[in-house]
Amino acid sequence: MTGYWTGRRRDSLAGYLFVAPQVLGVLLFVLLPVGLAVFYSFNTWNVFTGEMTFNGGSNYADLVNDPQLPKVLLATLFFSGGVVVLNLTVGLLLAVLLNRRFPGVTAFRAIFFSPVVVSVVAWTLVWGFLLQDNGGINGVLSVVGIDGPNWLQQGPTAMVSVIFAQVVRSVGVNVVLFLAALQGVPRELYEAARVDGAGSRKVFFGITLPMISPTLLLTGIITVVGALQAFAQIAVLTQGGPGVSTTVLVYYVFQQAFEFNNIGYGSTLALMLLSFVLVLTILQWQLRRKWVFHEE
Amino acid sequence: MKSDRLVRRAVWYIALVVLCLPFVVPTVWMVTSSFKPLREIFATPPTLFAKNPVVGAYSEAFDFQPFGRQYFNSVYIAVVVTVIVLLVSSLAGYAFARIRFPGRNVLFVVVLTGLLVPSETTIVPLFQMFKRAGMINTHWPLILVTSFAGPCVLATFIMRQFFIALPLELEEAARLDGLGRVATWWRIGVPLSKPAASAVAILTFMSSWNLYLEPTVYITTPELFTLPQALTRFTDAYGGNMWNVQLAGASLTVVPVLLVFVLAQRQFVEGIAHSGLKG
Repeated sequence: MTGYWTGRRRDSLAGYLFVAPQVLGVLLFVLLPVGLAVFYSFNTWNVFTGEMTFNGGSNYADLVNDPQLPKVLLATLFFSGGVVVLNLTVGLLLAVLLNRRFPGVTAFRAIFFSPVVVSVVAWTLVWGFLLQDNGGINGVLSVVGIDGPNWLQQGPTAMVSVIFAQVVRSVGVNVVLFLAALQGVPRELYEAARVDGAGSRKVFFGITLPMISPTLLLTGIITVVGALQAFAQIAVLTQGGPGVSTTVLVYYVFQQAFEFNNIGYGSTLALMLLSFVLVLTILQWQLRRKWVFHEE
Repeated sequence: MKSDRLVRRAVWYIALVVLCLPFVVPTVWMVTSSFKPLREIFATPPTLFAKNPVVGAYSEAFDFQPFGRQYFNSVYIAVVVTVIVLLVSSLAGYAFARIRFPGRNVLFVVVLTGLLVPSETTIVPLFQMFKRAGMINTHWPLILVTSFAGPCVLATFIMRQFFIALPLELEEAARLDGLGRVATWWRIGVPLSKPAASAVAILTFMSSWNLYLEPTVYITTPELFTLPQALTRFTDAYGGNMWNVQLAGASLTVVPVLLVFVLAQRQFVEGIAHSGLKG
């Protein structure tokens, strides 16, 4: 035995045993399900018998024929786009404001981060309460004589509401990432600019923004991917309504698969979501590798 | 000149405080309104603090649903998941960083796919798998998937990055002293990786604590509900929200996370910022 079990072989065995739980876990709970999803996407599931019947590409044809899907994709685009634009601009603004020394700066940083502490559902419930027709926001508006809309019951304001609630909850994380990036900008650059007499606006657009643009772009992609997976926010605040105005893709997957029992079509939509996330994440990793290389 | 600076400073603080409002008012409102009678919650103009605080909503929360049980469910699931993830990710992260074995890179890529695939994509087939295994309406899906898929893969990635950056010398001494791999990992790797492990722990706890889609799909018995799911079920016979009870329940769910945030603010913020690694 000892002849076969050289130090190197024993080491390899240790390596396999160390990674085994993680590797098996991913095979069982990630890769096998993805394979099954591909299988389901070529089948029709009979709710009553529980049988799968091969249907060629009919679920994929449904992607084109489904009259709801364009609206769903448009809602997904609005939601993700709105979240990313607001998240980046507000996040950057807050990071710049908080990237100075003044009394109370730590308290302010904690406050902007604090919604992360509140669970997603609790946070969303409170916003649902505040956004009701007779809720807190319209109550405050009525004090200054404005008759506020029934936020969650009209398409456009419902979309604005879910975007806003999501941004306020999640922007604190981006502020942390941006603050780290801002503090990584070499001080000499600012000093040189000041010697050259550049104004603060010029310093911001000429130095700060280009220097932190890698972080901005990466954070942007992370934010889009996060927005593509925002289920609880939609489910609690609007249930995709009114109509389908806030039915984003991830909520539509849930409806098709678990409310209408369309396992086949639901899986096809789920794979569509996967492809979106895949493209964005690979893009992010490529960009990150490129920049890491340049930094060296 | 001096008063000019003072005015500027005042404007600066007022602007910051106004910006803070959407971030802090919902949370404060949630807590203060949970002490209001239902009528006062909808008062115009709205009040921030209850005129005569009542705690009825809190006891009602426990009468209406097995809320104590649900609270326990959420806590124990999050703790179990966090412990498993710490163990699995530390082992895997250490091996991927330190031990050379054939196929290491291939296996690492296989693991990384767990970062790419959103849990919303796998839940449809996972539901069928767990149904076949007789695990629907149990906590097993919530524990197993979170312990090995998404959050755990992110943890493995974080741990691997940490171990790669760690100087080799400390371990080499231990290896020369004849310590095996397991002993080296346990006595040298684990104690040194505490900063990364605390980030992983906070991140994982939050992932489990916030799960909403999964319990909604897998669990139907109120005794087995987790907190996010339970919060949405405080509705009267007509399906209307029982707001004061709901807000009382929601306030209670904040307590454990708030505690960790206050006790370990730096690790907390760093841990959450790590979630940026995940696509």
